[in-house]
Amino acid sequence: MTTSSLRRVGIGGRLIGWTAVAALVGCASIPKDALVPTPDSLERRQLQSRRLDGISETNLLAASAGVLQDLGFNIDESETSLGVIVASKDRSAWNAAQITAAVALALFGAYYPVDKTQKIRVSLVTRPALAADGTPRPDSQILRITIQRLVWNLENQLTRIDSIEEPAVYQEFFDRLSKSIFLELQAI
Amino acid sequence: MNRLRTVAALLCTAMLVGCAPSTEVIMESEQSAVQLRSYQQRAFDTADKTQTLRSVISTLQDLSFVVDKADLELGTVSATKLSGYQVRMTVTARPRGTNQMLVRANAQYMDKAVEDPKPYQDFFTALEKSMFLTAHQVD
Repeated sequence: MTTSSLRRVGIGGRLIGWTAVAALVGCASIPKDALVPTPDSLERRQLQSRRLDGISETNLLAASAGVLQDLGFNIDESETSLGVIVASKDRSAWNAAQITAAVALALFGAYYPVDKTQKIRVSLVTRPALAADGTPRPDSQILRITIQRLVWNLENQLTRIDSIEEPAVYQEFFDRLSKSIFLELQAI
Repeated sequence: MNRLRTVAALLCTAMLVGCAPSTEVIMESEQSAVQLRSYQQRAFDTADKTQTLRSVISTLQDLSFVVDKADLELGTVSATKLSGYQVRMTVTARPRGTNQMLVRANAQYMDKAVEDPKPYQDFFTALEKSMFLTAHQVD
């Protein structure tokens, strides 16, 4: 085998390698556990849910919409009869650490597209709380919110798609909700 | 050498055929409607549409989905899961006879329809627990 044909084999081999990688990325199938509740599902449910007493489901949804508006969310969808509110907001995703890294890399002539914008999506779902015998408790609701975000960089490429699981975020929401419920019940 | 090139060319072609965006995919379905329904739908012994949909929503939340849309009259719920990857699901519930609800789910992972029965089985197993009812296979 001559040197040039060896080189060509190398290129051919690499081409197959990259093609195989591209095929995997393009046609990969759903992860095995995507629709299986994980061991931390229960913990997550507790983090994202609260029982709220002394308020009707409709009033609770109204109070919740108020909190979402306080936080700058826009309501995208709602279906009161199923206790569902869907909201989102678009915000800047600039963060100091990434910009510092990008500047440092730029000094060495490398380009690193930092994150530019993010969309935060929330679904807020209420349901009547049940008593031990399975009947609804009067004026008692369970509310659960789930939050996720999508982040785009300067090149408009999607760099992150994930669920928000920081306890502090949910705690803050429920603190604000208690205040909003108070205002709602006082009809202020 | 030539064989390597042929393999590379074949892989490229397979990729294009398998994943290329084209208007043909609009009416595309890799399996027959009967096959799809055999694993995408189950019957539950309840006539309560609202409760069925509420259980569907709560199951989706347990699985880290964020709801996109919900419509009681039409009996549909759509939701998205983002976890480094994206899964979108639409679940419908409609009456079957006088005392059953027929629940149908379809999912897409990234830009592909999910046509593996296993994830649907997982979903219905989770839904059964949330509904306290058994999911019946429908013929």
